[in-house]
Amino acid sequence: MSACDVIVLGAGPAGASAAIEASKAGLNVVLLDAGAAAGGQVYRAPPGSFRVTDAEAMGPDFAIGDGLRQELAASPAKCFFGRSVWHIAPGFVVRAVFEGNTEVYEAPTLIVAMGTHERVIPMPGWTLPGVMGLAAATILLKSQRILPGENTVVAGTGPLLAAVAASILKGGGKVAALVELSTRMDWVKALPSLISRPDLLKRGFGWLGELRAAGVPIYRGHALTAITGDAEVTGVEIAPVDAQWRPLAGQRRTIAADSVTIGHGLVPSTEVTRLMGAKHEYRHEQGGWVALRNEDFETTIPNIFVAGDGAGIAGAAAAALRGRITGLAVARRAGRKIDASRETTLRAQLGKAERFGHAISDLMQARPGLIETMTPETIVCRCEEVTRADLDSAIRDGARDVNQMKAWTRCGMGPCQGRMCGEAAASLLAAVQGGDRSKVGQLTARPPLRPIPYEAIVGQFDYADMELPEPQPG
Amino acid sequence: MTGQTYDIAIIGGGIMGCVSSLELAEAGMSVALFEQRFLASSASGVNAGTLSLTGVRSALSPYALRSIDLWQKLSERLGYDIHYRRIGSVMAAFTDREAEILTERVQAKSQQGVSLELIDAKKARELEPALSEDVKLAAFSPIGGYANSSATGRAFTLALRRAGVAIHEQSPVTRIERKGDGFEVTSSTGVMVHARRIVMAGGSWLGGLGQMVGVDFPVKWRVSQVSVTERLPKSVKRVVAHAYGLLTLKQSENGTILIGGGWQGKGDLERGPSEVLPQNLVGNLQLAMRTIPILKTTRIVRTWLGLHAHTPDAMPIIGPIPGVENAFVLGGVRAGFTCGPYIGKLFADILLGKEPELPLFHAPFNPARFNALSMAKAG
Ligand SMILES: Cc1cc2nc3c(=O)[nH]c(=O)nc-3n(C[C@H](O)[C@@H](O)[C@H](O)COP(=O)(O)OP(=O)(O)OC[C@H]3O[C@@H](n4cnc5c(N)ncnc54)[C@H](O)[C@@H]3O)c2cc1C
Ligand SMILES: Cc1cc2nc3c(=O)[nH]c(=O)nc-3n(C[C@H](O)[C@H](O)[C@H](O)COP(=O)(O)OP(=O)(O)OC[C@H]3O[C@@H](n4cnc5c(N)ncnc54)[C@H](O)[C@@H]3O)c2cc1C
Repeated sequence: MSACDVIVLGAGPAGASAAIEASKAGLNVVLLDAGAAAGGQVYRAPPGSFRVTDAEAMGPDFAIGDGLRQELAASPAKCFFGRSVWHIAPGFVVRAVFEGNTEVYEAPTLIVAMGTHERVIPMPGWTLPGVMGLAAATILLKSQRILPGENTVVAGTGPLLAAVAASILKGGGKVAALVELSTRMDWVKALPSLISRPDLLKRGFGWLGELRAAGVPIYRGHALTAITGDAEVTGVEIAPVDAQWRPLAGQRRTIAADSVTIGHGLVPSTEVTRLMGAKHEYRHEQGGWVALRNEDFETTIPNIFVAGDGAGIAGAAAAALRGRITGLAVARRAGRKIDASRETTLRAQLGKAERFGHAISDLMQARPGLIETMTPETIVCRCEEVTRADLDSAIRDGARDVNQMKAWTRCGMGPCQGRMCGEAAASLLAAVQGGDRSKVGQLTARPPLRPIPYEAIVGQFDYADMELPEPQPG
Repeated sequence: MTGQTYDIAIIGGGIMGCVSSLELAEAGMSVALFEQRFLASSASGVNAGTLSLTGVRSALSPYALRSIDLWQKLSERLGYDIHYRRIGSVMAAFTDREAEILTERVQAKSQQGVSLELIDAKKARELEPALSEDVKLAAFSPIGGYANSSATGRAFTLALRRAGVAIHEQSPVTRIERKGDGFEVTSSTGVMVHARRIVMAGGSWLGGLGQMVGVDFPVKWRVSQVSVTERLPKSVKRVVAHAYGLLTLKQSENGTILIGGGWQGKGDLERGPSEVLPQNLVGNLQLAMRTIPILKTTRIVRTWLGLHAHTPDAMPIIGPIPGVENAFVLGGVRAGFTCGPYIGKLFADILLGKEPELPLFHAPFNPARFNALSMAKAG
């Protein structure tokens, strides 16, 4: 067991920044991440064998990410990668799997910065090979330099669509179409907030310019209503949507493609704070359920802090700032001397970054009509093969809460534990309760946080040494 | 719905409350059922679903046997498939002491009419090829099986609704007041009914319910853990248990293996089950792997926990509540999922004025045994 002052979970911009600040202020910090290097979703590091010769060509994210990695490496924080965290006990005792074995870390303070996962709202054909989420496509593109296909439709909502489409072009691929739910009007409405970060706004326009120059058709105010093909993707069907993103009947259009990349926004990953019993509230504009927290980012469980997009979607810049502030706050509360004026400056910067981030996040939030892309036969839960019709039937029988729905249909019981199907199931449940997502509750989190090898739990042991408790009463 | 009068109000929508509500309503009584969360969302909806004699106390074997007969027809009766399967069970012993305990238990249960026989290692591995080569002695019973406990809530919701039971979910009862020879029962959500009789079937929460009528039930709770693997090719044929009662394991039709055995986690009445204890997870899984070695190469997807009631003598607490006329308690049954259908039916029979097939309000189950204890102490 290794003991320290603070354990930081997740080495994205938030976790890495928190670890840097807290360790530089004199705390003994351990940083754990499942990935091979720091960077998280947005600053994902290229693989070890990949030598960057032209850093400029890699774009601004690469430079920021690399800077962060260097700052972290130079800080006193102890970083452990390849660690998948699977259990946390009060106090706090963190268990993580590394190369098939469980390691135990202990600290009185925990900073949770586990980022986000993608919201999946299925449509017919989404389980075909060649269909992937924006995160998976980004991992392929950023860390493995692989294209999702030869001719890809990029669909969904938010600025990541244009970013991924532009990377596909850059990698030498073809983008069959960009299909976006938001309209030009939605973007115009967000503009006053987006102006707070002119650099990022400019980058967004840059991506769009590249798409136009390459002649990529852009459909705004459209939903992907089906992905066609028997064994592999042959194309997609799209339709214009109403203001609630309900696909309009009778106006379908087909586009040929061999791959599809979809993103319907991001959801904060709250499994740790749920596991620990912290209170959460539903914040639509921040991506969903978020842990309640004070200005130091401490949750309702004393000494558990949340940072980054896992505390509500606000983007990479805000994630890093939140991480730094949390790291400083934790150090301050542990009696370490910190530069108070620096904290004030960071908080002011955070206000600006959050304004931009929340505006983007708001644009990405699914509207209620989108559930209509799920036809009765559409599989919602891949692990357990549960269809929309199965879920509708449970709702007709009286299911009202996400955990009840799970028990009644098995939706969310498989290896993904609801990470993939949870949003769709909750949206269907909310639709019959006035659209109120807070009424349908949150899935209960239990260990292991990710499926883990049996041997990693039981460890090496000899049957002869097993100490059994007393027999149960006979 | 509020202020109405019912023949009976049942508090607690676990398997005990659900079965008795259904029996009483089908016999023509008007029934109001209160549940603080959703039907069968506590022990009755999260248990390991083992329906066998392995975890049942010897004295309860006759009840469990008859209950398992009812389980065979339960899906049909409720009109919803809760996946009852009878696959037989094998209890394994690996050491001399384990073999001794197993032999004692087989004898005690056989005396209660359970078909359970001791078998040698070779026979055991024929009946369950996945069993470890290290097995020393085993016992086989053809009646072991399982059902999908998570389907209980849905099945009873449908059946109770059809039977005309007034179901009040998300309605924790917080006040019970005597009105004439009946009661006024009120939930924190403002639902109020009048009832001629009341039944407390609140599982682990019986202590708090008793206090509403001034009675101290010495009911505590235990927090048991259950784990499930990812899907595997069909490889375990039977319900597999251990001589000490610290393991039950079976492979469902979807290929996942469910591993339980009463290893304890943490939790309380206010927050419910809250914390998986890793050392007990490790103990449970080590014992499971010692018994079924192929588990070693699987992955664990989830470990969950649930509260279930525990009495000082580990026997049920069933009968009229001493000093409170027309009020009854129904709970504290270990392996209550197995026993629920039969015990719930016996209970309803008594309330309907029928002669019960087996005794239910007799001394070993009767709540008065605890009052006698506490009075004796006070005296
Ligand atoms: C595909 C994609 C592209 C994005 N692009 C942008 C962008 O261009 N600009 C922008 O502002 N935002 C972008 N975002 C949003 C983005 O998530 C960020 O704002 C930023 O990465 C958030 O930082 P974070 O530190 O909060 O979380 P993350 O960067 O997501 O980091 C979380 C870390 O936690 C680790 N982790 C999670 N669970 C466990 C576990 N059980 N055990 C161990 N480690 C674990 C992960 O490996 C990860 O490294 C993107 C998101 C996605 C999904
Ligand atoms: C993890 C686990 C595994 C198990 N495995 C098995 C097994 O394999 N086989 C087996 O036979 N048994 C098993 N059991 C035991 C079995 O589940 C229980 O014995 C049985 O379900 C008890 O049923 P019950 O109706 O008495 O209690 P419960 O199911 O707990 O129902 C009581 C209900 O009363 C409600 N309630 C309480 N107070 C109030 C109030 N004031 N107002 C309204 N509602 C209230 C509660 O919400 C609860 O739903 C297991 C138990 C657990 C926890």
